[in-house]
Amino acid sequence: MARLIRTEKEVEGRYEEVWLVVEEDSLDQWPAGPREIVGRDAVRVDGRERATGQAVYTADLAKPGMLHTAVLRSPHPRARVARIDLAPALAMPGVHAAIGPGDIEQLTSDCSFQGEAIAAVCADSLAHARTALRAIVCEFEVLEPLLDPDEAVRQGSLLGEARERSRGDYERGLAEADVVVEAEFRTQVVLHNSMETHQAVVEWMADGVEVHISTQYIWGIRDAVAQGLALPPDKVRIVCHYMGGGFGSKNSPDDYTFIAAELAKRTNRPVKCALTRREENTAAGNRNATIQRLTVGARSDGTLTALGGEFVNAVGWDGWSSGTEGPMQMLYACPNVKTTTYGAKLNLPPMKAFRAPGFVEGTFGLEALLDELATKLDLDPLELRRRNHTEATPEGNEYSGKNLLECYRRAEPHWERRHEVRARSTETVKRGVGMASQIWYGGGGPPSYAWIRVGSDGRATVVTAMQDSGTGTKTAMAQIAAEELGIPLEHVTVTLGDSDRGPYAAISAGSSTTPSMGPAVRAAAADARGQIEDIAEQRGLKGAPVHEVVDVLEDSQILGKGARGPNPTGMQVLTFGVQVAEVAVDIETGEVWVERIAAVHDVGRVINPLGASSQIEGGIIQGIGHTLSEERLHDPATGRLLTTTLDAYKLPTIADVPEIVSELIDEPDTHLTNLGSKGLGEPPIIPTAAAIANAIRDATGADVRRLPISREEMLRALREAETRQKEKVGAPAGV
Amino acid sequence: MQLTVNGHQYEVHGEVGTTLAEALREELSLTGTKIACGEGHCGACTVLVDDEPVLSCITLVHAVDGARVTTIEGLRDHPMIDAFVRSDALQCGFCTPGQIVSAVALVESEPAPTTEQIRHAMAGNLCRCGAYPKIEEAIRTWQG
Repeated sequence: MARLIRTEKEVEGRYEEVWLVVEEDSLDQWPAGPREIVGRDAVRVDGRERATGQAVYTADLAKPGMLHTAVLRSPHPRARVARIDLAPALAMPGVHAAIGPGDIEQLTSDCSFQGEAIAAVCADSLAHARTALRAIVCEFEVLEPLLDPDEAVRQGSLLGEARERSRGDYERGLAEADVVVEAEFRTQVVLHNSMETHQAVVEWMADGVEVHISTQYIWGIRDAVAQGLALPPDKVRIVCHYMGGGFGSKNSPDDYTFIAAELAKRTNRPVKCALTRREENTAAGNRNATIQRLTVGARSDGTLTALGGEFVNAVGWDGWSSGTEGPMQMLYACPNVKTTTYGAKLNLPPMKAFRAPGFVEGTFGLEALLDELATKLDLDPLELRRRNHTEATPEGNEYSGKNLLECYRRAEPHWERRHEVRARSTETVKRGVGMASQIWYGGGGPPSYAWIRVGSDGRATVVTAMQDSGTGTKTAMAQIAAEELGIPLEHVTVTLGDSDRGPYAAISAGSSTTPSMGPAVRAAAADARGQIEDIAEQRGLKGAPVHEVVDVLEDSQILGKGARGPNPTGMQVLTFGVQVAEVAVDIETGEVWVERIAAVHDVGRVINPLGASSQIEGGIIQGIGHTLSEERLHDPATGRLLTTTLDAYKLPTIADVPEIVSELIDEPDTHLTNLGSKGLGEPPIIPTAAAIANAIRDATGADVRRLPISREEMLRALREAETRQKEKVGAPAGV
Repeated sequence: MQLTVNGHQYEVHGEVGTTLAEALREELSLTGTKIACGEGHCGACTVLVDDEPVLSCITLVHAVDGARVTTIEGLRDHPMIDAFVRSDALQCGFCTPGQIVSAVALVESEPAPTTEQIRHAMAGNLCRCGAYPKIEEAIRTWQG
């Protein structure tokens, strides 16, 4: 029976209360462990299409008569357009239309960050559009930008209120501590740089609008476009069959979609608006920089008595202040915790969600701080974490499932390698091992729906208007349907990527696709299976394979439908894990190499171990980039961006990849849905930076506190450690 | 001008300044070749010109008049495709055609490359999803 409930919905750690119609989840979970198909390696069902270049991405779409767009973006972090003249552009060859400030709300003459859109031109080729763009006359009055996050906090230039979170008595906790460690950590701006840039093709149809877009959230785009264009949502069709990466940056339609829509309307042609790589590095979102001023107090046995932090998220001109304090609030049993988080509004490009926003940054600070504490207390870092493990949430609620101690146990063989790794140090190259824990969301939630049809050939098609952002969820859904129906994996087709062809499906963000969609697909398959069993009974074929039962159906089809049930009430659904990093540091040059990373994560039941290992490797490799090489730089005087190409912005290459060993606990979360699966997209990137920083401390005694750990930062930390060592040696005995 | 692409002869009429990638994608509708940066930094547009890997987004089509071009569409039956799929050496797949073309160029000259050789030959092909460990595995095991 359909039931209306008021529930909390979580995406990327942000909660909102929503009304939901849910259907009871009456299916029992499968027993733990690999099944016939679920829990076993499956190659991607769309692997060949992608590998052979047959897959048509938004970037590959060429509609008849389609026009191409170039966008004029502010070269200044803060400026007013004093004069603009589009006429010269309109006179250029091949140009069909030009729009500027005032034509749509996404184009402005009041520029608050570099990359903000001012005007756009569409032409019969991209080359013509770009040439015409240069003909636009645009004069700027350049204004003083606000760039410093601390200054923004002082001035009250904030996005939202400062977030105060506290439990227990922080001051008393500090007073009770035998040891207190304080440190300031800084993390840099990191860019998503999906290989397919943000783009859309918009065409006005006789009745509504059709939008092909590279997106992680078909249904969110549908709503936002409908609202932006004042159309009923049913008149907006969103299509995304294949997309070339998003990592959190492709959840909204953004300026390019509305620019294409307006130009398409004016020209009565389909219009493509695709960001260039340089625009992608400027105006497509980022993981914002943070400043974290952290304090930990502990008894001499390592029991935490107080955790405190002031977190400044350098959000940029727009976006949201992510939960950088989350790990400090959630990871340990500490009774006294007090955090304040500011979202600094600056004349810098807006942030967007980037793979575990806030928690990647906050885990670096917290877990590096914990190791500084372990060093002071002369305690084994892994033991310190065990001593502060919590069985219930620090607020006293139950976890739906938590196997962090088991993660620690399985990490032990990797942790034990540290003696042997250290022993391989030389005079100038020091080696060490570090670890860090991971906590994050990833439970998904309702609503999400799937339909399924089974033909008389015993083959099934799953239909749901979800997207596969490259994570392999299409394959996981096929596995779940095949398992439930009891048919071979290759007899299942999954149709997705089109809001006109299937029911509502969840966003592919917040590690939620598998835990949101999987239970709906299983429910749909179970609905169909139930009908097939009825037919089997009538044919006297009880227990026979599906294709034998349905082979007389001719054109009849079995239609099943399924919905995602609610999350357990009163419980927190979270993911956990631990990573152990091995590094080598050249103490003369400051160069750092990551030599090995072992990852153990707890995300409930694993649907596809092969795809899961790829997710873990990808997360770790992005984490290594975040830790060692990636940084979007701006000129501190003018605010102008300095790294807008893939030459200047240093992504990891195949040559930067260490040995990666991954392991999943693979225990179904018995309280969570008919699957017991959580998401894995984000967990693997979370502890990587801290594990590497802690390995560097183990190798050299140096406390790195700033990402990326450039050679300058490494050498600074080494010098500081050396000075500290000298002072310690030089100090009178007994002090 | 004349191009031989995947064994077929084409007459191409690119305007001056047209890149090989644009000619392949727009004139010949061979969209398997991807453009991810358009300035020669990422490798997604890699094709073979007379068997050598080339960045087609910074190669002017007029510079390869008369040449023999192989794109991912010409490699559909190459065992490297199966190796990539089998090893799960792709995630979003946008860089994958370029990765495969580079990998094919490598194994055509060195059928059993060492890890070092793989890393050297493939370092110019960026993959933001981080499929690198499995790309390495695919190239190591491409012969099945």
